[in-house]
Amino acid sequence: MISNRRRLFLWTVRGGMYLAAALTGILTLFLVGYVMAKGIPNITWQLISTKPSYLSGNIGILPDILNTLYVVIASLAIVLPLGVGAAVYLTEYASSKRLVGVIEYAAEALSGIPSIIYGLVGMLMFSNNFGTCLLSGALTLVIMNLPTIMRNTQESLKTVPQAYREGAFGLGAGKWRVVRTVVLPGCIDGVLTGCILSVGRILGESAALLFTAGFAHALNGFWDGLSSAGATLTVALYVYAKEQGEFGVAFAIAAILMVLSLLINLAAVLVTKYFQRRNAV
Amino acid sequence: MKSKTNLFETIVHGIFLVLGLITVGCVLLITIYLIISGIPAIREIGLLDFLFGDTWASTAAQPQYGILPFILTSIYGTAGAILLGVPVGFLTAMYLAKMAPKRAKSVMEQAVSLLAGIPSVVYGLVGMMVLVPGIRSLFHIPDGAGLLAAIVVLAVMILPSIIKMSITALEAVPKEYEDASLALGATPEETYFRVSAPAAKSGIAAAVVLGVGRAIGEAMAVMMVAGNAANMPDSLFQSVRFLTTAVASEMSYSSGLQRQALFSIALVLFLFIMLINAALNFFLKGEKKP
Repeated sequence: MISNRRRLFLWTVRGGMYLAAALTGILTLFLVGYVMAKGIPNITWQLISTKPSYLSGNIGILPDILNTLYVVIASLAIVLPLGVGAAVYLTEYASSKRLVGVIEYAAEALSGIPSIIYGLVGMLMFSNNFGTCLLSGALTLVIMNLPTIMRNTQESLKTVPQAYREGAFGLGAGKWRVVRTVVLPGCIDGVLTGCILSVGRILGESAALLFTAGFAHALNGFWDGLSSAGATLTVALYVYAKEQGEFGVAFAIAAILMVLSLLINLAAVLVTKYFQRRNAV
Repeated sequence: MKSKTNLFETIVHGIFLVLGLITVGCVLLITIYLIISGIPAIREIGLLDFLFGDTWASTAAQPQYGILPFILTSIYGTAGAILLGVPVGFLTAMYLAKMAPKRAKSVMEQAVSLLAGIPSVVYGLVGMMVLVPGIRSLFHIPDGAGLLAAIVVLAVMILPSIIKMSITALEAVPKEYEDASLALGATPEETYFRVSAPAAKSGIAAAVVLGVGRAIGEAMAVMMVAGNAANMPDSLFQSVRFLTTAVASEMSYSSGLQRQALFSIALVLFLFIMLINAALNFFLKGEKKP
């Protein structure tokens, strides 16, 4: 029925698709499997509970774990109000289409800028003023993650039914009251998704932190940590692999990061599913 | 009473306006900072000597600041990654969007999200430990770190963005188009490749452009596998520096004109990215109103 030429085309593209999909799948499996296999045997209690010391030759990544945590907390604490506020402005307040266009274009431009450029600009803007410290790194990451939080909040604000707002206005509520009591509670899912994505991005970031937050391994509390230089897990991985040749430690960190990004993906899926179900009811 | 609430509302409005304008402010700040810190070195070296000089010897007694090797490496590296990554990504997306059973699709989509979430230093580490020795023994060369290793790592790294965006574009094709083609006697595969793919072409073009942006901006993974010598990219096995890694590798110890030149490199990279952003916007707009 089908000519040979068509049959050839059919089998070529079908083969191509299967091959490509298989390649993608195998690649993912290999990456995860390889990193886990090389990394997990190297994760010891001593590694994750101590700090490195030149005297005893000990290598520990506790400071790096804490630094990562500090950076995540500090960045989120700053970026959340900014990003959510920007989204609220865009969907609730802005009346000029032109301005909305400009702001959205700016957000897109921000999300396209590579992290090494963020690193440089962060160094110029923050590190030159506050010194090379975690706070400078966190502020740099704030700019980086602003579009993510803004976009996700905006998307979920759009799903808050117009009738809710009109109902609230009809009852005599002022604009701010409507935003606070009707609009903001409705966008919690978008904010949460944005947070999860941002945490993933912060965990994986290295180029933007290298020149802004430095790569010290000192063990600090939260506030001291913010004002002193420190490496996050990714930066520590880079330093151990590239500059010190400690591949065992590097793989251990890589495995930890891999587990974390698995968890983050899982969390994103669960949050989306949970809110889909809740909104459907 | 009335004027008091009005004042309050005006203030709140003003606060939100400021928050809304922060993204614009950030873009402006970044642009201004890069231009101010990038221009002096270009003026001192000369624009043509800077862009088209073929030797970078920033620490030599007679320093030379030509960034043509970096520009070419970035272009070749990105082109190579696109050449490898786009066909695989597009075909995977086609399979997932049109042919895959529901179960396989959701598993694969998770895998792709995971791939997207892996930090770039982990890609770099695996590239360093698997790819570089592999290339060395496969081609019998003294060092496997170089352009080819960087291209492969970049190709893998851009795969998730290409797949995700292509799936979105392919799934947005109206079902009527496909039904019409099937009703005329075309096989499903013919329909997907000759009807759906052309209908989704601006979305797929956007996916490719996004991949270009990712590849040209990646620094850490490339730094770990590309060898980092400031050579012209004459062969696939040459140890090379990209625009991104040129900035990253000398930043920590640079000073004076050398440091300023690094900012100029960042400015050039930024201009590349802005061009790519404009192209991306163009294609995305094309997708919205077919």
